[in-house]
Parts: sequence; C-alpha cells; structure tokens
Amino acid sequence: MEHTVREERGNVVVSLKGDVDLEHSPKAREVLLGCVGGGQDVFVDLSAVSYIDSSGVASLVEAFQASKQKGTRFALVAVNAAALRVLELARLDKVFTIHESLSEGIGGGA
Amino acid sequence: MPEPRSRRVLQLCFPARAAELKGVREAVREAVEGCGCSAKSSGDVVLAIDEACQNIIRHAYGGESDEVIEFEIEHRGDALVFWLVDHAPAIDPSQVRPRDLDDIRPGGLGTHFIRRVMDEVEFSNPPSGRGNLLRMVRRID
Repeated sequence: MEHTVREERGNVVVSLKGDVDLEHSPKAREVLLGCVGGGQDVFVDLSAVSYIDSSGVASLVEAFQASKQKGTRFALVAVNAAALRVLELARLDKVFTIHESLSEGIGGGA
Repeated sequence: MPEPRSRRVLQLCFPARAAELKGVREAVREAVEGCGCSAKSSGDVVLAIDEACQNIIRHAYGGESDEVIEFEIEHRGDALVFWLVDHAPAIDPSQVRPRDLDDIRPGGLGTHFIRRVMDEVEFSNPPSGRGNLLRMVRRID
C-alpha cells in the first residue's frame, strides 16, 4: 500500500493506493488517525485501492469515529467498485459519507 | 444419485503471516475464476478466504507464526468447497460469531464477511486430531 497526504482548500486529502490489508492496515490506521488528529476535515480517496479487507475497513471506521468526536468532517471519495462492495457487505456504505469525486466532496458538506 | 464429479483446483501450504496473504488471494482468484465464478463472486470469495486466514493468524495462532495454514479448493459439481486447516489449539466454534452490524465499531467484520459470502461454514477437527478444520462451500453462480 502507498499513501499520499495533501492539503486542498483547507481540507486534508488522503489518497490510499494498492492493498489495504492485514499487512498494511496498521499504516493506514496511523495515517488516517494522524490526519483526523490535526483537526481539519479529512477526505479519503479510495479510487486506487485494489483491495480492502476487514482490517482496512476497521481503520476507516476508527478514523470516522475519531472525527465525530472532534466535530470534523470525514468522508470517502471516488470509492471504486471493489472497495464499495466490501463496504456494502459490512453495511457501511450507508454509514460513511461517500462522494463520487473530490470536487463534489470539498464543494459540498460531508 | 452418483456423487458429483470433483476436482482439486488449488492446494497451498504457507506460514501464518500477513505478508503471505496477497499471494494467497491471487491464487484463489485465479482458481475460482477458472471454475466459472463471475468477477464479483470471485472478489467475494477472495475476501472470505482472506478473512478466514486472518482469523487463523490472529485468533487461532494468536499472531503471526511460522506454523502453517493448509488450504485446498475442490470443484464439486456446481459448487466450490474450501478447506482450511491449522495446527493451533482447538477453538470453540460457538465463539466464532459475526457481530451486530448496527454496532458501528472497528473490528469484528471478518466472520460476518465469511458468513455473507459462503453458503455453508462448518468447523470441525482435522483428521490428524490436532488443530482446526474450517470447511466452506460456495455455489457457483
């Protein structure tokens, strides 16, 4: 798994790439919680995620819950079909705010 | 009724380590697609097998281990039968339950994924008498 973190219009955009699996989800968790801890709204781009498992989903849930406690926004953007299927199986597609694109997410409210 | 024809389509034995799972996923995807599973079904099956291996690593062995996981896929009629064997102390199958999905929290989803994807899930003792045998069946759509 690779990741990038950048700022866009006052928001933090985390892009994850590759497999967010048991081997790599501890890194994803660390990155996501670090970004949420900064107090800005966080958008997670999943367009380049080729595979995500329960441990990767758990990282997203933990960051989502941390953002709720902070009162900041946390949203997923450009979720590809493979990742969306896993979120659907977990019934989390209705829990996370999901935007089709980053511009849609940053332009509107999460 | 004669037994449906069966054929072993994959047999693996690998250390119980997270870094092994990517290769396992690739092998499982190739094998089940070769048996006629759609791309969506193959993705679901890959997820379920990965989660079952993770359960062995995290819960049966209590973390990464040089102990092995043995895995087989059998193509039997219109179904795929998956066998996973570990050499850890026997688990209590009643403790391997999916959690309530309305309770939004990190973790605990792996068993839910397995139950959602597979048509049959059964724990038993392997023929050697030591460890755990997980047998799962998925009908080919």
